[in-house]
Amino acid sequence: MSYEPKIVGFLCNWCSYAGADLAGVSRFQYPPNLRVIRVMCSGRVHPAHILEAFRNGADGVLVAGCHPPNDCHYISGNLKAKRRVAMLKKLMIQMGMDERRLRLEWVSAAEGEKFARVVTEFTNQLKEMGPASMKAMAVAEDD
Amino acid sequence: MMSKLKFGFYWAASCGGCEIAVLDMDEDLLEVLDVADVVFWPVAMDIKYKDVEAMEDGYMDVVFFNGAVRNSEQEHLAKLLRKKAKYMVAFGSCAYTGGIPGLANVSNREEIFDVVYLKSPSTVNPKKIVPRTEVEVPEGELTLPVFYDVVKPLDRVVDVDYYLPGCPPPSSLVLDAVRVIASGQLPAKGSVLAPELSVCDECPRKKENKQITEIKRIVDHTPDPDKCLLEQGFICMGPATRGGCGARCINANMPCTGCGGPCPGAIEQGSAMISALSTILGLAAEKEEGFDFEELLTQLKDPVGTFYKYSLAGSIINRKVKR
Ligand code: SF4
Ligand code: SF4
Ligand code: FES
Repeated sequence: MSYEPKIVGFLCNWCSYAGADLAGVSRFQYPPNLRVIRVMCSGRVHPAHILEAFRNGADGVLVAGCHPPNDCHYISGNLKAKRRVAMLKKLMIQMGMDERRLRLEWVSAAEGEKFARVVTEFTNQLKEMGPASMKAMAVAEDD
Repeated sequence: MMSKLKFGFYWAASCGGCEIAVLDMDEDLLEVLDVADVVFWPVAMDIKYKDVEAMEDGYMDVVFFNGAVRNSEQEHLAKLLRKKAKYMVAFGSCAYTGGIPGLANVSNREEIFDVVYLKSPSTVNPKKIVPRTEVEVPEGELTLPVFYDVVKPLDRVVDVDYYLPGCPPPSSLVLDAVRVIASGQLPAKGSVLAPELSVCDECPRKKENKQITEIKRIVDHTPDPDKCLLEQGFICMGPATRGGCGARCINANMPCTGCGGPCPGAIEQGSAMISALSTILGLAAEKEEGFDFEELLTQLKDPVGTFYKYSLAGSIINRKVKR
């Protein structure tokens, strides 16, 4: 069987989740590798949520929110998400993780097509990269 | 008067500062010795492992265990002491979340041995001798403990009843812990024996507007002693760190580096600080012309060493990924 990456996606309620919905009703095709978690705002996503997802075996994590600078319904949640993701990527590099496994995208409620494209691209990229070895690493059991 | 308690103290992968913290209680130590006899304390008294083995299970009321677990001897002692103690206290940052030794988890045994025994500029080792766990000599076999690939907090290897945070724990917290234990009014298992507040809550500085467009390092600048350090651009771990130290470092005009461990209720410390910092790092400036976020980000030099200085080994991602 070919390798199917597991992607956890945190989508903000107002833009990106609606964008995903639009992709669905418009019948755009995209791979089924994404597990969606709807959050009120991308600014709700705590870095610990992302790290936990990796620790529990996610091969990729997608955070998607409203376009900056002004689309976020909570004024600056998307800008906070941008900073969290940027700092996490630096952290991931230090910890020997491939930072491409974490992806931030701006998807509006009108961008169903973009949503489908992002998921397709990300899935293909992760397929190429192969499984994350996160699980084995995080438990620190081996001596 | 009720009979005296029996205390034990032990050190594993630590610097020795936690032992000094006990002595730092000064005359308050007399109060401790009023309620307890110290029956095991290798740093201060002559006692052998076999004496501990000879103790009945649960013989000691409390063992204060400082240091992380880095090798097999430390794990063996942690397990032995756990058996001989009614309560096991992880004493100090290293036992609690790995502490500074836990930062070694950005590397591994192989790399560490390579640097320490072969490559460091001060090493002269023409025969390339690297420690082994067993070696045959004419007199028989000699053994050394196994150096683990990673550093582990104490609760990775044994059940821990209480945590006493700090690098080292402030003497006042140690004394409070002893008083609570002596009173018999013990808090719920797993409790952290420190106040339910953050370092910011204890910090006397003026806090006004937390929005920064520059990350400053303490090696390059001297902070204003009255204003919040974070507001001045220094990364101060105060918002993500449990208080109880009385904001010791801040009162010495140094940013908090986070030795108090995660705030009450937080999953882990480092990502909490990343989250907090994200809310003040050039947010207002983002909407201005000419703002360069990437440039701002390059001023953050060492995320692991900054956000996880004392807690890497106890965090969600607790070691470098093995490829
Ligand atoms: S960030 Fe540091 S200096 Fe500022 S209030 Fe908190 S503890 Fe005090
Ligand atoms: S200010 Fe921070 S680093 Fe300093 S003693 Fe308190 S908790 Fe530890
Ligand atoms: S509501 Fe969509 S990112 Fe904040």
